Amino acid sequence: MSTKQPTKEATRDGYGRALVDLGHRDHRVVVLDADLSKSTKTALFADAYPERFFNLGIAEANMIGVAAGLACTGKIVYASTFAIFATQRVLNQIFQSVAYTGLNVKICATHAGITVGEDGATHQALDDIALMRAMPGMKVVVPADAEEAYRATLAVAQYDGPVYLRLGRLATSVITSDEEPFTIGRAKIMRPGRDITLAACGFMVEQSLRAAVKLAEEGIEAEVINVSTIKPLDTETLVQSAARTGVVVTVEEHSVIGGLGGAVAEALASHHPVPVHRVGVPDLFGQSGDAADLLTHYGLTPENICDTVRQILTDGKERTK
Amino acid sequence: MLSTASSAGREAYRDLEKRARVIRRHIVNMIAEAGSGHPGGSLSAVEILTTLYFGVMKIDPKVPDDPERDRFILSKGHAAPALYATLAERGYFAVETLSSLRRLGSPLQGHPDMRKVPGVEMSTGSLGQGLSVGVGMALGARLDHRYYRVYVLLGDGECQEGQIWEAAMAAGHYQLNNLVAIVDRNGLQIDGSTETVMTLSPLAQKWRAFGWNVVEVDGHSFSELFQALDSVAYAHKPTAIIARTVKGKGVTFMEGAVDWHGKAPDRKQREKALEELGE
Repeated sequence: MSTKQPTKEATRDGYGRALVDLGHRDHRVVVLDADLSKSTKTALFADAYPERFFNLGIAEANMIGVAAGLACTGKIVYASTFAIFATQRVLNQIFQSVAYTGLNVKICATHAGITVGEDGATHQALDDIALMRAMPGMKVVVPADAEEAYRATLAVAQYDGPVYLRLGRLATSVITSDEEPFTIGRAKIMRPGRDITLAACGFMVEQSLRAAVKLAEEGIEAEVINVSTIKPLDTETLVQSAARTGVVVTVEEHSVIGGLGGAVAEALASHHPVPVHRVGVPDLFGQSGDAADLLTHYGLTPENICDTVRQILTDGKERTK
Repeated sequence: MLSTASSAGREAYRDLEKRARVIRRHIVNMIAEAGSGHPGGSLSAVEILTTLYFGVMKIDPKVPDDPERDRFILSKGHAAPALYATLAERGYFAVETLSSLRRLGSPLQGHPDMRKVPGVEMSTGSLGQGLSVGVGMALGARLDHRYYRVYVLLGDGECQEGQIWEAAMAAGHYQLNNLVAIVDRNGLQIDGSTETVMTLSPLAQKWRAFGWNVVEVDGHSFSELFQALDSVAYAHKPTAIIARTVKGKGVTFMEGAVDWHGKAPDRKQREKALEELGE
């Protein structure tokens, strides 16, 4: 964890800041939005570079096509809206006009996950990682905090091809260091431990670190890995950790179906089979509520993670008796 | 613009007619050999493609990625045989490649793939997406201070896709006078006539209401197509050309027959079609 005073900022804020810096560095950067620029933070870029910002109105399908067309002319295109609209609503547009073509479009989706809060199920993307991960050629990046979101936004500009960048609404603690370069496809061990692996992404990295602190008080050393790229997955880091601890818990603010948990389970099943337990949103729709209340309701708190870990280790001991 | 008044103009039209005939023969042969494909909507678009590729567009097949080139997007991607035949005749790739249509490993996919075929500017197939891409390219031209044009060929049935009107709205909003949509108005879609499946009329008024310059032409008349495309130069907004066409044009038993939307001719039908088209 960073030695700096913990500050709270949403990953979307880091994204917005990065866009402004990126726009200054590279004139090829163009940003699109679908009438949510104040919420997605693309408004910061719009203010700085109005000629390279296009608000396409409440018409997401068209935005994806326009992004592809601009990319055809050599632009690095960042297209933003809420995650639910940036994925489900335009899945076929992304499939054909962005992924199949391999064009240089970065789909930067904010308001992902349950912590969207009061807007409820219609605005809570809980399957977006699964949808984007199944798309050939698509890279899927989920920054853990605003600082990492800033660095990831800059990093994906260096890669010529489609990327899905998953961002959140909620202000959360900064837990990564701004000195570490962001590399697509590299997971990072945030806290070493020998007893169990917690593989987390997004805001749940912070939750997992909090859980690890509690578990340490009970003598359980949990290794916490920030899996900030879901695709391509850093199988090497995960396999090495699984080999040390023998059991993995995935932790994500996403459905337990097809997201980080699915990716890790698939990779370990092929390369180093160990038990994999998934902490995430059960196979249910979200609902309205305060973000903190929703995290509790759907079992995404540090305490839930600790309970899962204790249960796994107890069951494991009983089996070996 | 070509003038019919001069003998040179008449000669040029005769050349285009000949090219159109060759392209139609390719379409029939390709689809017959593939055993599947979409002859109806390919044949209806032949004069449109011929006019663009042999008369209007600023392109050089030897420099397919020239940043100043005009762009063409076949939004109705199922007319791929017509595009492939046109590109091959224009010199983008060998005519012999055409016979590999729809075969495993062929660059000539059932619907166009920009990563496999030189001259194909956008991958299409799932309808409704090409005009949005055209809007993006037209905005890109504006950002780069380039003066190329972007032409997008739409099916009339395709105009039932909501995304077309999202794109039309955006093009009108940004007054993209470097963008041209051409609607292949053959009046038929898979399940019947467009007006019985889902009414499109009044189509011209719809485009006008979205802020477009609209021209209606006979989509098989080179002179009318040239005249319509010429009007683009004077428009301060995007131009929609509604080209009235006949589905299956040039092969009498396919003309106006909905069954020939997506069916390959058998050996006898192929022979008859080629005989009608002539050399």
